[in-house]
Amino acid sequence: MYLKGEDISFGYEKKNRILNHVNLSLGSGELLGLIGDSGSGKSTLGGILSGYINNYQGSVSMDGKKIPSKGYNPVQLVFQHPEKAVNPRWKMKDILNEGHAVSQDILDSFGIKKSWLNRWPNELSGGELQRFALARALSPKTKFLIADEITTMVDAITQAQIWDIVLDIVEELNIGVLVVSHEKKLIDKLCHDVVFLDDINNV
Amino acid sequence: MFKVLYMKNKAEINTEIKKGDKALLKIDDISLSFVQYTSGLRQTELKVISKLSMEAYSGEILAVVGSSGSGKSLLAHAILGILPSNAKLEGKMEYNGQKLTQEKKEEIRGKEIALIPQSTTYLDPLMRISNQVIGSVEEKNEGLMKKTQREIFQKYNLKPAVDRMFPHELSGGMTRRVLVSTALMGSAKLIIADEPTPGLDENTLNETLSYFKDMVNKGCAVILITHDIKAALKISDKIAIFYAGTILEVANVEDFKNNGENLRHPYTRALWNALPQNKFQAIKGHQPMQDEIIDGCIFYERCSKKKDLCSKGIPQLKKVNGGMVRCNNVS
Repeated sequence: MYLKGEDISFGYEKKNRILNHVNLSLGSGELLGLIGDSGSGKSTLGGILSGYINNYQGSVSMDGKKIPSKGYNPVQLVFQHPEKAVNPRWKMKDILNEGHAVSQDILDSFGIKKSWLNRWPNELSGGELQRFALARALSPKTKFLIADEITTMVDAITQAQIWDIVLDIVEELNIGVLVVSHEKKLIDKLCHDVVFLDDINNV
Repeated sequence: MFKVLYMKNKAEINTEIKKGDKALLKIDDISLSFVQYTSGLRQTELKVISKLSMEAYSGEILAVVGSSGSGKSLLAHAILGILPSNAKLEGKMEYNGQKLTQEKKEEIRGKEIALIPQSTTYLDPLMRISNQVIGSVEEKNEGLMKKTQREIFQKYNLKPAVDRMFPHELSGGMTRRVLVSTALMGSAKLIIADEPTPGLDENTLNETLSYFKDMVNKGCAVILITHDIKAALKISDKIAIFYAGTILEVANVEDFKNNGENLRHPYTRALWNALPQNKFQAIKGHQPMQDEIIDGCIFYERCSKKKDLCSKGIPQLKKVNGGMVRCNNVS
């Protein structure tokens, strides 16, 4: 299965395009790194591929078919700041099960403790919240994961822990991952292949 | 006589610019807690910093490295005396040999101690850039201030048009440079930079870091608070490892090499080995939560070398190989 972005162009302002005729393809089970300077449009591209941004030109398809805009999106996006991706007025258990009922297996592998489920988001650290955000996104129906700087805000040990777990799960579920980061060393360690946004972007 | 005076002056200037042997800022066993209401009128105390000691020297960059949300920013706020009213601060702080009381903090902050805030939202959205940069220092001589501001902006490649812009017209990198400029406007001796680097790409990062080198070369002491150990290693002289509200080790930058055998604390070693460019190896467990009460060493649960002694009482702070460490396994 392939996730393909073809001939994608986008600009937040009409005059100023930040993505111009970009092509990108990601296969099931593949780990592809995406590197670019800040402001180069990495996150924008991630948003487009996952259906988060809609008013772009070009097409995004999964095995040649358009991704349905209703129901569970098989392309899931996880952000850099988990605290901005959770509802501050919901308890963690509600946040966790927002998309699907997360299995005990996944909770165990992320090391999510029972006692955390009754907490509010502001009572957990960034690294812990990110585990919730990932567990929430990795359902059996997920085919592709866009990991947009998911470990930029955590310390090195938590970063290694989180990637350890994610690599196991995506291998088991045969999920393709786009690893968006500005850290070349991390991408070298994780990915099979790497793309520099500047090379595929014709702005 | 004249010559003697002159010599003395020169000697004074020298100690100011060269690395001093006396710490400019000395923090001794400080603890910080917040009083919170739980239900009704019942109060609890949430301890966020416990028994933290460190020293900052002129002409040196001290990086305080720890994960986000572990209370590093509160340390900066404690030094500046801008904590909320329900905070309780214990322990000793000394600045330039004098006791640093709340009154003293209020007197010297913005003058001798400057903060470079973490977020770019610290700028006033309705104020033109040059006015806020000048406004951050006392109004003595506006003309002179204007000139200084222009010179600093020039140095950081901020064009004259920037002076009259509003914050929303600046890019992330420009905002960062403006924030750095505010710290340079006054005659600050101690600069505290709170997370100045997250989300910056390689070029902007190196540029930002070079500003701190500039400040140190001018004789300032810089405390760089960051979660990015890689950035810290690039420019700092010393690295303080912040973990669950305390500093476990202060190491020299040269200690971070190979498998980390020169590092003193097992946590620091684990952190070093977890970097992608090293082994990318994770250790188990989490940092203890703030409401968990721990009697012994704060790293006890995750430590591979723990002994009985470690679960009883916080280990003493020891000086080892030109650094400091809180661990029973080191002598």
